[in-house]
Amino acid sequence: MSQTSAGAVIQSVLDDVQIAALADGIVIIGAGQAGGRAAEALRRQGFAGAITLVGDEDELPYERPSLSKEMLHDAEKEAITWVQKPEFYAANDIKVLTGTRAVAIDRTARNVRLGNGETLHYGALIIATGARVRHLDLPGATSENCYYIRTLADSRALRDRLVAGRRVVVIGAGFIGLEAAAAGVKRGCDVTVIEIGPQPLGRVVPEQIGAWYQSLHASHGVKFLFNAGLVKFHNEGNVVIVETKAGEMIPADTVIVGIGVIPNAEIAAEAGLAVERGIIVDEFGLTADPHIFAAGDVARHFNPIFNKHILLESWQNAQNQAIAIAKNIATPAGAAPYAELPWFWSDQYDVNLQMFGLSEPGADTVIRGNPETKSWMLLQLKDNRIICAIGMNTARDLRPARDLINMGATLNPEELADTNVPLANIMRREKRDRAAAA
Amino acid sequence: MSGAANYIELCAVGDVTQDTPYKANMDGTDLAVFQLDDQYYVTEDLCTHGPGSLCEGYVDGDEVECPFHQGKFNIKTGVATSAPCTDPLTVWTVIVQNGKIFIDPASARKATP
Repeated sequence: MSQTSAGAVIQSVLDDVQIAALADGIVIIGAGQAGGRAAEALRRQGFAGAITLVGDEDELPYERPSLSKEMLHDAEKEAITWVQKPEFYAANDIKVLTGTRAVAIDRTARNVRLGNGETLHYGALIIATGARVRHLDLPGATSENCYYIRTLADSRALRDRLVAGRRVVVIGAGFIGLEAAAAGVKRGCDVTVIEIGPQPLGRVVPEQIGAWYQSLHASHGVKFLFNAGLVKFHNEGNVVIVETKAGEMIPADTVIVGIGVIPNAEIAAEAGLAVERGIIVDEFGLTADPHIFAAGDVARHFNPIFNKHILLESWQNAQNQAIAIAKNIATPAGAAPYAELPWFWSDQYDVNLQMFGLSEPGADTVIRGNPETKSWMLLQLKDNRIICAIGMNTARDLRPARDLINMGATLNPEELADTNVPLANIMRREKRDRAAAA
Repeated sequence: MSGAANYIELCAVGDVTQDTPYKANMDGTDLAVFQLDDQYYVTEDLCTHGPGSLCEGYVDGDEVECPFHQGKFNIKTGVATSAPCTDPLTVWTVIVQNGKIFIDPASARKATP
């Protein structure tokens, strides 16, 4: 019945049994961005049954990007982007249980057991439990002297620590760590970044981008230690001395740790669902259980563009994957796979980075613009097709790269390097050529 | 009608192209001037979801995509057409005279979300 090519519309992702069960209502566990967007989209798509949203945080659904950016930039102003205004949930008859943890799923009875002992019966269950931070496992490192960035509460606690003149040590030079470093600089702190790898952003972007960000931070006074394994924290009063394997002793008034996240998939694994660092779901967001879906940071989803399962920890994925799944449930007759090209952004100082696609080591590189400036682009090509486009302060010129990647257009690298030719022009030409050929 | 005296001049026709909207200002409020084929449209510049400038956005058909979060609005009506945007943009009636683009400030209107 189904066809898995990107964008294909199929007859229905749900059979009659699954559809009949929806009369028992939909439970969403995890009230973050994905959970909130799923609830909103179910109502927008006309689902009229009961919707219950369960989340262990005390807040209504909010978006997390600002937690490592704007929220840390100011001691007073709270830059929070709520998924919806508080009154939206009651007005749309969405029951939200905040401060409530879902502890187990009984798939036979179709019940979710909550931490307070109550159970919720479901016709369809959407697991959107997200991820939690990986804790630094090191002698002397405690929940008191390590600041993490994942929740609004984390961000509120950290921003009070970013006082001018204080020494901040950031452990981990990924995007979260670098955004926190930029926030520390903005607040007047003395910032050192410690990274176990040889350069920043090593796992997600090409080396040249990582090196460029290293220079950007260095120009703002950030100090880096690379290839720096850690031995222990020495706690001396209010100061933490970070000892590295090379014998360096780095004093910190505040330590920020950004060493990755762990999907909150245990509840699915314990219920017997397939989990491989993330809950395995098909292109429609469905697990092997016909009544259970997963979305957002916790889902390892089959993406038809890449023809494999991928787990994305991004704003776009949390929002759009959740919406796609909600549509497939609420209007199963028009079901479609979720097949979006990954898109990501990061803001550090006066530089907005955006990235389309997934970076691959060994791909050809085209530089568009001048990396000596703060506005340039790196395109990765395979067989003269763009597979990944990363732009610094080039949002408008970058955007057509999404279509060029999706089209799989064969292009001239020299033309792509020429900033006198807008990517929009190349994209339109390719679309015209395709239309003419069809 | 009270006549052209109340109109506010925003820019010249040549300041705007299909791909590059023009950022104008009216009493401290940034406005986005768009060209779609041979017609001009004016919306508020600030995305209703976050701090994105729609003048920096990507124009696709009748829609502009915010460069910040890729939410979309219909340029002609101001209606939000794609998440995360839900609240509409204010739009104004455009008057083109002698190669210049004006709006009537009294024509400000916002669609019902």
